[in-house]
Amino acid sequence: MNSPSSNSKNRIRNRFLNDSPDSSSASYPNSSAGRYQSPYRRIAVFGGVYNNHFALEALLEDSSRQGTEAIFCLGDLGGFGPHPDKVFPLLQAGDVQVVQGNYDHSIGNSLDDCRCGYTDPSDNYYAKLSYDYTFAHTSDRWKSWMKHLPSELRVDLGRFHLLLCHGSPRKTNEFLWESTSSTHFLEKLCREHQADAILATHTGIHWSRRLPENRHFVNVGSIGRPANDGNLHVWYTMITADDDRLNVEFLPLPYPYKALAKEMRTEDLPEAFVETIETGWWTTCMEVLPGKERRRGKW
Amino acid sequence: MSNYPDNEIAQHPLLELQELDYLWFQVAGTLCNLKCNHCFISASPANNKFGFLSLETIQQKLEESVGYGVKEYYLTGGESFINEEMIPIIRAIMQYGPATVLTNAIPITQDMAFEMAEIEEESIYSLEFRVSLDGFTPEMNDAIRGRHSFHRTLEGIRRLVHAGFLPIITTVQTWPEEKHEEVMDGFIHALKEVGYYRSRIKMLPLIKIGAEEARSGGYSESEQVTTDMMKDYDTGQLICSNSRLISDKGVHVCPILLDYDDSLLGDTLDDATKSYELKHKACYTCYMNGAICSNPSSGSKALFT
Repeated sequence: MNSPSSNSKNRIRNRFLNDSPDSSSASYPNSSAGRYQSPYRRIAVFGGVYNNHFALEALLEDSSRQGTEAIFCLGDLGGFGPHPDKVFPLLQAGDVQVVQGNYDHSIGNSLDDCRCGYTDPSDNYYAKLSYDYTFAHTSDRWKSWMKHLPSELRVDLGRFHLLLCHGSPRKTNEFLWESTSSTHFLEKLCREHQADAILATHTGIHWSRRLPENRHFVNVGSIGRPANDGNLHVWYTMITADDDRLNVEFLPLPYPYKALAKEMRTEDLPEAFVETIETGWWTTCMEVLPGKERRRGKW
Repeated sequence: MSNYPDNEIAQHPLLELQELDYLWFQVAGTLCNLKCNHCFISASPANNKFGFLSLETIQQKLEESVGYGVKEYYLTGGESFINEEMIPIIRAIMQYGPATVLTNAIPITQDMAFEMAEIEEESIYSLEFRVSLDGFTPEMNDAIRGRHSFHRTLEGIRRLVHAGFLPIITTVQTWPEEKHEEVMDGFIHALKEVGYYRSRIKMLPLIKIGAEEARSGGYSESEQVTTDMMKDYDTGQLICSNSRLISDKGVHVCPILLDYDDSLLGDTLDDATKSYELKHKACYTCYMNGAICSNPSSGSKALFT
């Protein structure tokens, strides 16, 4: 298992420490919702941090090595893992532009639950444990910051107009699974929202589909917990525009998962959560999985 | 069944179709191999008020659905699998999008289960089964669904699981809340007995119309949806805001109200995009529970209410 080099760790931490305590409210977050940012060629995109500051730190280093021009996070910063406040300085240090997820909306607005959209009681039971912990351990400063995150970002990548959102462009907590999203439905979303490609997350499992007329849908996955594939690493997404082609790469991201598991236990988070980190298989919030995705898992 | 008389006091809300995400096919009409005493459309072997849908009709509607960007397709009855064209129908739908079949699993043979597994394997989409089972013992289930139905349905589940599926077991909650854990444990145990170790269980509320109305007396006068109740309510939870149903008579507002004459909105999906007045008492059950008809993978509940 690779771990981030100490030099890189120091670089990221130093950048944060050099900021004044209040600088985030003035210069961070970016608030460019609704207009396209200057064109890029290569960007890194990820979702679902779920308090996994170890994976976020690894991502900042890995994406830097990959020649990324900009980094985007599609929301759900909290949940599942320990110490929510460790995530924000890293996002800030990496100049990560962040879209608001349902979790961030709920924490920011002091709602009573995560609005994850689960309908099954056992999914909601674990979601509530996770939410209550995150809410109690997020400082007011960052709650206020999350409240004002944009619900979408528009980015030009080469000639492609990208729409970056959390669940879907029409509903922040919509689940867009690979096996339950028809192609004509995804085309309709692109058409109605005037996007060549839609980038979303929320489900925690990455996938992509090339649509007719060179349009694309990409679920960038999550770095907060493994993708229910039996691997201990997590995944993020690198997107490159190459003339008339949009290339989507899902990159495995090793991180110090043992350290994460240790922190989770110290914080008395449910052992079922820790098991996922230590095995790569989901053990909670699984009733929401469609049949095909559920069968790929162990439980 | 005729329409409920207009209520002169309550003001019922009018609900728009916001998106056509889910298209339902009443593939077996009201014909069923069982006669459950809580069935909200009183389906039975003798109830032919609604007939089978043909593969040809379904093909036409699938084409029509593309322009609406329909996300998922559902098949229901009666008992879906007494329509002899079910396998080609499923094959056709899986070319367009994900399919969920509501069934009691009794007519599904092992060969059929294997064939459907192959269809799913060849598709990028999920083929889901929602199997109705209303108790974890023969006594509990058969009192509602008829003699021997417990064992026959469990054998159907065994065949689906053997073919690699993880069917969603749907059960109408007929027990008090305090017994919930005990009942769930009972279901999990019964399903393990037929080799189903990763059971998925979805609870459903009683819909007190049709046969259930005759059994339990139906809704009380206060159980209805009024305009006042829609304030701060997430209408996206109501199936009529995102779905329509095709029967052999045309396009209906939802699967639950099939039996009401005013649920028939027209012949085409275009005809059926009109708003619908939530004047039936069954709408109250949808209002209170939300997301009754959709699979858990569809989620529910908006951020803002």
